[in-house]
Amino acid sequence: MREPDIPINRVDWLVVVIYFALVIIGWFNIYAAVYDSQAPQSMFDMSINSGQQLVRIGISVVLIILIMAADHRLFENLALPIYLVFLFILLLTPVFGKEVNGQVLSIGFGSFRIQPGEFAKFATALALAKVMERPTFDLAKTKNQLVAFGVLMLPIVLILLQPDTGTAMVYFSFLIMFYREGLPQRYYILGLGFIALTLLALGIENNLYLVGAIAILALILISIGKTSWKRTIAFSAIALLMIGYTYSIDWVVSKLPPHQQNRIMVLFNPDIDPLGVGWNVTQSKIAIGSGGFFGKGYLQGTQTKFDFVPEQHTDFIFCTLGEEFGWAGSFIVIGLFVALLYRLVVMAERQKTRFSRIYGYSVVSILFFHFMINISMTIGLFPVVGIPLPFFSYGGSSLWSFTMLLFIFVKMDASRSQQLGRIS
Amino acid sequence: MNDQRPFIIIIVIFLVGLVLLTKLFMIQVVDDSFSRRAERNAIQRVVDHPYRGLIYDRNGELLVYNNPIFDLMVVPKEFTVKDTARFLSIFGIEKEQLITAYNAARKYSSVKPSPLIKQISTTDFAKIQDFLIDYPGLFITTRSVRSYPTPIAAHALGYIGEINGQQLERDTTDYYEQGDYVGLSGMERFYEDELRGQKGVKYKMVNVRGVDKGPFKNGAYDTASVAGTNLTSTLDRDLQLYGEYLMQGKTGSVVAIEPKTGEILAFISAPFYDPNDLTGADFGKNYTILNSLNSKPFLNRPIMARYPPGSTFKIVQSLIGLQEGILFPETTYACNKSLVACHNHPSPVNLFGAIRNSCNPYYHQAFRRMINREVSSNTFKDTEIGLDSWREKVLKFGLGGRLGVDMIGEYGGDVPSSKLYDRIYGEGRWKYSTIYSLSIGQGELLVTPLQMANLAAIFANKGYYYTPHLIKAIDGDPTRIPAKYRTKHEVGVDAKHFDLIQDAMAEALYGTANRAIIEDLVIAGKTGTAQNPHGEDHSVFVAFAPKDDPKIAIAVYVENAGWGGRAAASTASLMIEKYIKGQITRPALEEYVLAGNFIY
Repeated sequence: MREPDIPINRVDWLVVVIYFALVIIGWFNIYAAVYDSQAPQSMFDMSINSGQQLVRIGISVVLIILIMAADHRLFENLALPIYLVFLFILLLTPVFGKEVNGQVLSIGFGSFRIQPGEFAKFATALALAKVMERPTFDLAKTKNQLVAFGVLMLPIVLILLQPDTGTAMVYFSFLIMFYREGLPQRYYILGLGFIALTLLALGIENNLYLVGAIAILALILISIGKTSWKRTIAFSAIALLMIGYTYSIDWVVSKLPPHQQNRIMVLFNPDIDPLGVGWNVTQSKIAIGSGGFFGKGYLQGTQTKFDFVPEQHTDFIFCTLGEEFGWAGSFIVIGLFVALLYRLVVMAERQKTRFSRIYGYSVVSILFFHFMINISMTIGLFPVVGIPLPFFSYGGSSLWSFTMLLFIFVKMDASRSQQLGRIS
Repeated sequence: MNDQRPFIIIIVIFLVGLVLLTKLFMIQVVDDSFSRRAERNAIQRVVDHPYRGLIYDRNGELLVYNNPIFDLMVVPKEFTVKDTARFLSIFGIEKEQLITAYNAARKYSSVKPSPLIKQISTTDFAKIQDFLIDYPGLFITTRSVRSYPTPIAAHALGYIGEINGQQLERDTTDYYEQGDYVGLSGMERFYEDELRGQKGVKYKMVNVRGVDKGPFKNGAYDTASVAGTNLTSTLDRDLQLYGEYLMQGKTGSVVAIEPKTGEILAFISAPFYDPNDLTGADFGKNYTILNSLNSKPFLNRPIMARYPPGSTFKIVQSLIGLQEGILFPETTYACNKSLVACHNHPSPVNLFGAIRNSCNPYYHQAFRRMINREVSSNTFKDTEIGLDSWREKVLKFGLGGRLGVDMIGEYGGDVPSSKLYDRIYGEGRWKYSTIYSLSIGQGELLVTPLQMANLAAIFANKGYYYTPHLIKAIDGDPTRIPAKYRTKHEVGVDAKHFDLIQDAMAEALYGTANRAIIEDLVIAGKTGTAQNPHGEDHSVFVAFAPKDDPKIAIAVYVENAGWGGRAAASTASLMIEKYIKGQITRPALEEYVLAGNFIY
């Protein structure tokens, strides 16, 4: 007899296991980050972060059950309304939200507060999936590009009003999904070239070296291949643009707010100001670097325990892991993330509808971006931007939004046999 | 068209994972500088300083101990005072004082402790102790400084102070750190390894603001400090105290030795200072003052000052002469003042008379026979051989080199050899008439007061001595003192030759040092006058007593005090009386010494 084809049997348990592994490891690390050996408190104590995070994990489980119990068409049907609701909440946030350090990130009543910027990620993912699912939607066409970027830019603009540069940056991760969905390669080459030139311009002290290199490269390109005026002018123009950009970038950086300027400068030389701007990165690297191969042992970390690393239970949670579990622990967690992302790509590719494939790639994009940027910043590979490590960092909004983001896709994947194949 | 794009995305994901793991491997496993920086960040090494060993005198009286002093510390963040007036009255400070100290503490750190009131005495501490509990953020730290219940024997005991750069460099065991206190002179320095004990170390964790977060690894790496070993000194507190009383206002040395053991009973270098001046907060200030004085109170005269031995040396000459078979008790010379000046006394004299009257020509003639033994027909050569052979015998008396007392900075004195005269006059260009002043202890001879006291011990012991020393027992165990202080040194003169010498020395008091005579206590002594080209001669006296069972041998130097029979002999006699009888029966003599007018 054939097994009844119900969604629960088709749940991708590997993803679920990795999810819970990360959440539980994260929870242990949150406890380690607040642990005080002189006044040890229970991991379940509600007055400390680990106790509160446990409640949030519980709520996440409830959210998972609700998502899995819902009709698989619900998210597809409600994609645009959900998107519009969160845009509206984002619009209200700067007006009614609570201001902390010049930023208005959260909205709510009393002690219950959420950060709409976090939840808008999966809302945007749903909306993009919805507008891009038409078989005729081709990202090579300018009109379609404008539509997709429009859907993407609305939440970005609203989040920049809070202002929260880090979270706004995350939305650019949808470019990974766009890549899969056929946005022409030249945009990426141009974009990556642009980023490379920016980094070089900022990283190399003397612009003349860079200018010389660009000029020599242009001369070589002009001299090889067939000679034509058109070609020579084109290369010369590009070279001049690049040189102009090299000089303008320094001017632009000088116009940035000082704290952002510092974040950029520290990336290139963390020792300029080890006690000031470089403090976060320096201390974070010390904490992780002192872990060695096997770490100092659970709850034995000194750097994270004694507040040398700031914001160690949220954005710098990876430090606790690195210090107490060493490279072995880092390997396991990074391995789990890579495995999860790989699995999600495989799952996205097996979707029968374009809607769920796009959504799946959006999940990959957002998780990958958070994972890459968060860990990179703790080890000094990227400027400090305040974005959490998915499933790890302390905080309800980020945990719940990542949980919903992931499990909506798990639900879609589990229900894929019930969907009509509409893939073009 | 998009077929390869999922693979590119997967490759990028794996590449990013690889880059992150590689960078993590670099900082976590390859580069160990982060571990060191982490330790510097969070682990503080706190040294637990041990109690320094105490020093007792030979009778168990405490000479040096550790005095606790208390600092009242404040942690500004936790400190609150409701009733300021009450606080001020309890702690006995002025309001302005409190405000100044509190503001300084705040400026330093609001969470780390700073001193609020420094150096609270034990009595004040007892008063405030019970009130401390009412004031959060206040606590007491204890330090200890060296303290001297009887402020005596500064030179012998020495002092401690912060270790200097050179000493740190010499410390190959890496025991010391900047800021550690070490013995800088005297016994404190010589017995530093015994007295210092063993430092303990505690590793504690601190957070980013320096707040104590408890022991590192629950104290697994901590070690407890071990208190220093207590020492028993050979000094006699009462004798030392009395000697300093007598020597006040004078310049010179008094060294008293127990002849049978070489134990130093009193060790006085005048002018002296109160050892309490070189402890605690005023160390630097007082050191500078004392160091700048013309009277040089830091000069350790008994081992650093060198004088010609003067007439006292005639006893050594007599002993060598007797042992060599050149002199006999009946050897008689005329007091021929054309050879060398002398004072008026009956002439001719035999050996006994020569000692009793301190006859210079006698020794001029006797010494010539010791030097010119006609082993060579060449007078110059003969003198050279004679001098060097004589010098060998003199060195055995502990002269001409360091004795090896347990103090740093001892000088050895000088007994000239033929080489010295060769250098001065040229080889073969000097003979007996050049060096004859050695016969009466003048000329190129130099001895320290300690060596003189040791000579007195040799005379008392009839021919042997133990190296003078200040250590009697380590941790109560006399066998733990250095072996060299338990080794007998023979001077190479038979005991039988000493009888006449001792008798003559006892008799000599009636000739040259009447003041030193004690009715029922026979003192054997010999005066000396060390010639001083810069001013009045130095008064010298060596003696031992009681003559038949010597308990004390003593050498007294009083600079610029003229004849040995006055200042030095009187002082020595009082010291002997004090030590043997425990009391002074001659207040007039005591007054005479204290008055200090010896030149008239």
